[in-house]
Amino acid sequence: MAVKLPIYLDNHATTPLDPRVLDEMLPYLTQHFGNAASRNHSFGWTANEAVERAREQVAALIGADPKEIIFTSGATESDNLGIIGAARFNSKKGKHIITSKLEHKAVLDSCHALESEGFEITFLDSDPDGLVKPEQVEAAIRPDTVLCAIMMANNEIGTINPIAEIGAVCRRHNVIFHVDAVQALGRVAIDVVAMNVDLMAISAHKMYGPKGIGALYVRRGRPRFRIEPLIHGGGHERGLRSGTLPVHQIVGLGSAAKYALEALTNGENDRIKALRDRLWEGLSKNLDHLFINGSWEHRLPNNLNCSFAYVEGEALMMGIKAIACSSGSACTSASLEPSYVLRALGVDVELAHTSMRFGVGRFNTEEEIDFAIELITEKVRWLRQMSPLYELVQEGVDLKSIQWAAH
Amino acid sequence: MAYSDKLIEHYENPRNMGSLDKNAEDVGTGLVGAPACGDVMKLQLKINDDGIIEDAKFKTFGCGSAIASSSLVTEMVKGKSIDFAEGIKNTMIAEELALPPVKIHCSVLAEDAIKAAIADYRKKQAERAATPSE
Ligand SMILES: Cc1ncc(COP(=O)(O)O)c(C=O)c1O
Ligand code: FES
Repeated sequence: MAVKLPIYLDNHATTPLDPRVLDEMLPYLTQHFGNAASRNHSFGWTANEAVERAREQVAALIGADPKEIIFTSGATESDNLGIIGAARFNSKKGKHIITSKLEHKAVLDSCHALESEGFEITFLDSDPDGLVKPEQVEAAIRPDTVLCAIMMANNEIGTINPIAEIGAVCRRHNVIFHVDAVQALGRVAIDVVAMNVDLMAISAHKMYGPKGIGALYVRRGRPRFRIEPLIHGGGHERGLRSGTLPVHQIVGLGSAAKYALEALTNGENDRIKALRDRLWEGLSKNLDHLFINGSWEHRLPNNLNCSFAYVEGEALMMGIKAIACSSGSACTSASLEPSYVLRALGVDVELAHTSMRFGVGRFNTEEEIDFAIELITEKVRWLRQMSPLYELVQEGVDLKSIQWAAH
Repeated sequence: MAYSDKLIEHYENPRNMGSLDKNAEDVGTGLVGAPACGDVMKLQLKINDDGIIEDAKFKTFGCGSAIASSSLVTEMVKGKSIDFAEGIKNTMIAEELALPPVKIHCSVLAEDAIKAAIADYRKKQAERAATPSE
């Protein structure tokens, strides 16, 4: 059977909506249109029941209590609310925050925004594997440290941080621990209690749910801590996030969470990992000078991020238009800077320009992967024929020995 | 990024891709850019005694715009005089390929590569003139 083109291998950017999720959402866009806050009629009750069911489904995915789930517009908002909300509320204790250089922009820019309010931020380096170590966090903690924000899995290189170990360090030092878990949902088993997580950012559209909906887990119980809202109004969501609840979106998030939880045990992740491994094995059998970026061992089952040395990433993407993926190359970004994540883990800039990210998903097939291997192999070979760097290397020249005129 | 049909056509069917003998006396080689910047262009010109560019070849590590710029520039100079080649401005390339603003520097690189190749050729010629023949 011929594969249908283009092939979607960019599941870290977003995932397609699961048709089962759509089916569960649709009635809430038609007959069940009520406002979940309407307490006086069945329209409101139906909506409210759906919202509460979704809250349970989201809580179940991360081992939380439903009361600890606050619905937001997505993980960007959740990162903002968790970080800024916790920092502001607890600023009397201190104004120091710890995070890492590999975080998503939603975390980094929330931290930068706090700098203008007098907060001091420590941006931890990662090791060459792309991981943040608990000892690094511990060493960075000061008496005035209020918050630590470390992501569970990285959106570019798919590396998985030792969240439970970092959580233990934070709890011991009474530092609020915020975790962006967007990429890990449904791919890594999560237990916020065992991991000592206080705040967790969640998004639906990276786990086959709709865009524009997410959640923030805000731990209750001891040791007590509180956060401050960013959006004020009708006092929805424990007063932490006002605004009429988008019931159909919340239903979509809940449904996506239900299937994400299933994916952890029904073999879906094994199948996805096998496809990812097939992609890497196929490519590395056909091509030399390939480099994996970040730890292979501590990595999401669906992520492949590798550099095709001597082939510029954007040029390769143009050649493999039939495959949707992304590149850390500078030439793909408006700023002409290569991926800050790859640079933070010390990947040579040269190699960062040649990096590609593939994200396998629920709906990919073996045929698609085999097609991708063939096409990428062909185009990399072709572009290497065109590459003056590859030619020099074939002639035995050490590229580092050349005096390049950097500009 | 949305690219012009012409750019995509050059990327998909690059003209004059390859190498000339860099040690030949009548070949000038320009190697510009840097791997750290994500773009390296090698342009070679084979120039006869009348100062006419008989052949041009390129190899490029860089984005699609850089590849198309170098392909286009080899086409522009082939069969032309050194003087003509020296007069090529990056804006001519950028216009022809309708490069988006962030990609203008790829055309600058192509202009630099031409200049570097001619300079290399001139240097070789000067060395030849200085070396007494047997
Ligand atoms: C790690 C990470 N955090 C946060 C986000 C932002 O999520 P959302 O698109 O729901 O705002 C993303 C997705 O781009 C992500 O990958
Ligand atoms: S070579 Fe990087 S933008 Fe063209």
